[in-house]
Amino acid sequence: MIKNSLLYIVLIAILVILPLFFGEYYVNLGSQIMVAAVFAASLNLLVGYGGLTSLGHATYLGVAAYTSAWLFQNYGMSHEYTALIALLFTTLVGAIFGWISLRASGLSFLMLTLALSQIIWGIGYRWVGLTNGDNGISGLTRPMPFGINLENSNNFYWFCLVITIICLFFIARFVNSPFGSSLKGTRDQEKRMSALGYNVWMIRWITFVIASFFGAVSGLMYIYLNKYIHPSVISITSSAEALLCVIAGGAGTLAGPILGSILIVLLKNYVSGFVERWNMLLGIIFVFIVIFMPAGMAPGFTQLKNRLFGGKKL
Amino acid sequence: MQFWVIQTLNSLALGGLLFMLSSGFALIFGLMRIANLTHGSLFMIGAYIAASVLKGGYSLIVAALVAMALVGLIGAIIERFILRSLSGNSQGQVLATLGLSFIAADACLMIWGGDPIPINAPEMLRAPMQMFGFMFPTYRLVVLVISMISAVLLYLLMEKTRLGAMIRAGVDDMQMARAVGIPASQLFTIVFALGALLAGLGGTVGGPMLNAYPGLDADMLPLALIVVILGGVGSLIGTFVASFIIGFIYTFGIALVPDLAYVILFLPMVLVIAFRPSGLFGTIRA
Repeated sequence: MIKNSLLYIVLIAILVILPLFFGEYYVNLGSQIMVAAVFAASLNLLVGYGGLTSLGHATYLGVAAYTSAWLFQNYGMSHEYTALIALLFTTLVGAIFGWISLRASGLSFLMLTLALSQIIWGIGYRWVGLTNGDNGISGLTRPMPFGINLENSNNFYWFCLVITIICLFFIARFVNSPFGSSLKGTRDQEKRMSALGYNVWMIRWITFVIASFFGAVSGLMYIYLNKYIHPSVISITSSAEALLCVIAGGAGTLAGPILGSILIVLLKNYVSGFVERWNMLLGIIFVFIVIFMPAGMAPGFTQLKNRLFGGKKL
Repeated sequence: MQFWVIQTLNSLALGGLLFMLSSGFALIFGLMRIANLTHGSLFMIGAYIAASVLKGGYSLIVAALVAMALVGLIGAIIERFILRSLSGNSQGQVLATLGLSFIAADACLMIWGGDPIPINAPEMLRAPMQMFGFMFPTYRLVVLVISMISAVLLYLLMEKTRLGAMIRAGVDDMQMARAVGIPASQLFTIVFALGALLAGLGGTVGGPMLNAYPGLDADMLPLALIVVILGGVGSLIGTFVASFIIGFIYTFGIALVPDLAYVILFLPMVLVIAFRPSGLFGTIRA
């Protein structure tokens, strides 16, 4: 335990000083990875710990980003209020969508989450009067928490790092809590949990709401990073990318979504820099990972570590 | 009056088209428990192939046959070489089809480019038809007729043939079907190819109404999903009824509240799921 804490402190220290050695492009890349990591970690609550594969998680990132952008643009509200309202509203949407989707389970749950997220996509793309349609909403600014100017990319990186660490800390606490154990129980033995007197539906719904809350946090990070929102952010591709981060990294592990996000964000930036074929590559990685590495990278690395160090805990 | 008559016909034509799209999805989902997320892509590939065949100077019938054959073949290949290796892992199968849908979308973009390709209805079906003092768009009537014919053929296939009996047995209880000697492995490939073929037919027939364009797949897939969820998994009747419900809501939605048409499309699905999670005619508890 002490060794682990030391490891985390060293890791965080490295992450904190990292921007001092790299150019702005790489610092922004780092911020981008952290946005993706919080997003993927929130989805992992459902996919990895709840066994509920959602194909509509971009909804929560998108609703939060759009709400905050819309309030800022139309009412000129200050960032504290837009952030608060966006978080509340998105969590409410999550509560409603969760209630509907969890009427079904398994593949029907997956199809419902996809169909519901298409409603949000439809609003973003087709309801031009509200969301400015295909043009998106632009001309936004970053907030100034405690008077710190986040337009500076290093400052923004540190801001993201703080938010990311807080989010991951609470997500880790959540999945390791008794409630988290009961959630994993519903994933592994739904009928038994139900027979033991657990309210399986309620456990899943609460998890869905919490996942949408953290999705909303990543949405705020996203809008502050890009200062622009486009309907493609709430498309199925965006949900699928997050799912790929989770599955590639390792569903149901804490490090998995982070590793997956690093992989996907780096690939996306480098590939789209050279060729136009990002979607093709995304599809190929998807099929490859599902067929050949269904457990993802994190368990793969753990196995490798055990082989190299004879199963000792680091 | 003219408005309502025309919109009703448009709704019926769209409903028929949606049935051709969704019945294949419903068959595959009912039998194999695969939410085939390439279904929209197969529809789009059908439309693109038809557009290419038409450009070669052949008739729409030839285009439909070629599209059905090729898309059916693609379906069989997907089932045989990708989904087969993931059998028993329905989650993995869905994710694999999701990956394949991205590959297909990009491949179509590479082959046919980013501009929409218009698909023209045959010359003689283009002029509107005069009946009972109303002007009808002739091609939409034809779409309705073709969809009715394919619905009847599908019904006969399912209810009157040995293959249909095996499929129904598989939908009801796969384990039992295997136990009494139904060759599930071949059946899966056949049904997947049949579902793909129907999507290819839908893409061709729908072509003159929709055109072939990048993103057609992402537009059609959610429609198939809401039809199947609304109608109820495992029920072709449900798929049929839901197709026309959605056809009406979308057509009148576009005519009356254009901005919100896409959103209200999902209302019946949400309402039905809230009160009847297994859909209107669902036989399988989801």
